[in-house]
Amino acid sequence: MTTLTKVEDAPNPTGSDAFLSVRDLRVQFSTEDGVVKAVDGLSFDVERGKTLGVVGESGSGKSVTNLTILGLHSPKTTTVEGEIVLDGKELITASEKEMEKLRGNKAAMIFQDPLTALSPYYTVGRQLSEPFMKHTGASKKEAKARAIEMLDKVGIPQPQTRFHDYPHQFSGGMRQRAMIAMALMCDPDLLIADEPTTALDVTVQAQILDLLRDLQQEFGSAIIFITHDLGVISHMADDLLVMYAGRAVERGSTREVLRTPQHPYTWGLLSSMPRLGGDLNEALTPIPGSPPSLLNPPSGCPFHPRCTFTGEVAGNRCADERPSLAEGRAAACHLSGEQKQTIFIDQIQPRLR
Amino acid sequence: MSENLTLPAPQDSTGTSAETLLSVEGLTKHFPIYGGFPIKRKVGAVQAVDGVDLSVGVGESVGLVGESGCGKSTTGRLITRLLEPTGGKITYAGKDIAHASRKQLAPIRSEIQMIFQDPYSSLNPRQTVGTIIKSPMEVNGIEPQGGREKRVRELLELVGLNPEHYNRFPHEFSGGQRQRIGVARALALQPKLIVADEPVSALDVSIQAQVVNLLQKVQQEMGIAFLFIAHDLAIVRHFSQRVAVMYLGKVVEVGDGDSIYNRPRHPYTHALLSAVPEVATEDSEDRERIRLAGDVPSPIHPPSGCRFRTRCWKAQDKCASEEPPLIQLSGNRGGHLTACHFPEDPTTEARDEDVVMDPALKALEQDVAEADAKVSKG
Repeated sequence: MTTLTKVEDAPNPTGSDAFLSVRDLRVQFSTEDGVVKAVDGLSFDVERGKTLGVVGESGSGKSVTNLTILGLHSPKTTTVEGEIVLDGKELITASEKEMEKLRGNKAAMIFQDPLTALSPYYTVGRQLSEPFMKHTGASKKEAKARAIEMLDKVGIPQPQTRFHDYPHQFSGGMRQRAMIAMALMCDPDLLIADEPTTALDVTVQAQILDLLRDLQQEFGSAIIFITHDLGVISHMADDLLVMYAGRAVERGSTREVLRTPQHPYTWGLLSSMPRLGGDLNEALTPIPGSPPSLLNPPSGCPFHPRCTFTGEVAGNRCADERPSLAEGRAAACHLSGEQKQTIFIDQIQPRLR
Repeated sequence: MSENLTLPAPQDSTGTSAETLLSVEGLTKHFPIYGGFPIKRKVGAVQAVDGVDLSVGVGESVGLVGESGCGKSTTGRLITRLLEPTGGKITYAGKDIAHASRKQLAPIRSEIQMIFQDPYSSLNPRQTVGTIIKSPMEVNGIEPQGGREKRVRELLELVGLNPEHYNRFPHEFSGGQRQRIGVARALALQPKLIVADEPVSALDVSIQAQVVNLLQKVQQEMGIAFLFIAHDLAIVRHFSQRVAVMYLGKVVEVGDGDSIYNRPRHPYTHALLSAVPEVATEDSEDRERIRLAGDVPSPIHPPSGCRFRTRCWKAQDKCASEEPPLIQLSGNRGGHLTACHFPEDPTTEARDEDVVMDPALKALEQDVAEADAKVSKG
């Protein structure tokens, strides 16, 4: 129950501890086919000025979690349980008005596809100024000055003229830059980047990633960086959370998770990924099967139908008992620490060369 | 650069096979743009593919990489003759098929098959899997031994699906399984060449490896030549013996895998490789860091001379006036051709100084460096 006391301590102004903390979050959608358990008992913390990377395949609940933090889910069909505390404020029970004050001000989001996330009807400048005017009460002139400053900062050439352009007049990379500028307008403490570079080309992706990292150093915001690409995350995140079927399966610092991964799913992800420096004679080792349906998730450990190491665990624990994820550096797996280490060193590491 | 050897079109001296199955010379495709009122006139053209030279040997796997809009998919569609080229030659097994008619193409169609990117839109939702895989055989009047249905079941098993799924519909399968159906359909006619247009980019990471391994198995066991089009450099490296890098409708560098990935000469190949995000491992060496500015220019008004010059850090006057030919540079292996006036050193190791072209990135990094310097002083 240490987590509860932490939550009560949170309002202290020093804020040295977790800036955002999510505890036992459960998100369910009721659909025609039944109840989708999109997020199932997820807990994590994000510290100020740090980046948390969230990796997982499509349907692992990574986007839903972050939409829920900002209250962007549809309240009619969604049930949310658990606790989300941002800077000492409980968000799940917060009213729509309170959430409105927070969105774009204290917490902002960068979406995957900038063309659908920007309105085609308004100029980029207007879309940038509006939240700034609303949250800070600034005048139109001040907002324009700020918007031009931000557009310049993210590297849009001729920001004075570009301010009056519409999103369709921007190229893909520039749109994503404009979106980053928009997210940073009110100097948010928390920035959620949901696959911000998936729609971009590699050379542009490299620019945007470096830009985000440099901007973070300057602005000092906490970032939740969602992606399916382990390569991207290894350059961006301080801490890493690996998600599978709506649950966190492994957590730790990025270095630890990528160099000495402990969960069979993380092993699978790493050894199924081709690398530029990898051995060409070594065949890729895919994860067998496909991700489970969240309408009817597997019992016990959600990864057990695809896991090749269930035989190492005594009895039928993998299918019966759900492994818990301890605090700190941990993996939700029934394999003992020793087993994990031997399997990783003997079987997995040679594949990663 | 006077000692550069000038060689004609790629003769693939490093390839695995000596015999050329498909060769493409000066392939061009311009899509017209119409505008004006009330009478629409041609006002310009998207120069999607503009003079591509490429060859694929028998049983060889060639990768085609580049960013979106560089014309790699259009090249694939021209080779399968789903599009008619504006100019250039496509020679398949000794015959020029660039402007062949439907009738002339009919026997060749069954030998060149295609696997598409999106496994959701490339399968007819109203047909069962059996019908989908069977229909190429019906169209071409092929009667395999034991009947078509037996052959379909064999194919399903070959691509790792349950033959009992013969009567199921595409929506009952996951993305990876659907892509396997697409592979089975492409194999139904025992083709000699498969053009795979981004076959794994729509799939989840854990599924991508499954499909890549399947394609590799098919390629090696059945000896089918592949033109593997993708933007993911790591996957192409894994799959292809030879790789061609495209930029704005042109091949800028082509060579065997090792040459392209470890000894690239064209600045764009350097930039592309350095931009690939890689998971850092203990023993991975430092790679160079190159950050280009801006996006790929529009193919409607491509830059004069070398098309990469607007984003290149080595560009000089010569680059704007003279288009660099695709030639073998001195010191390169046979078959490794580069189109550049001022090529880079053949290494991907970290440089003394990063190349950062992006103005915003430069400014921010300068600020950070200054702040660091202040901290260390104070």
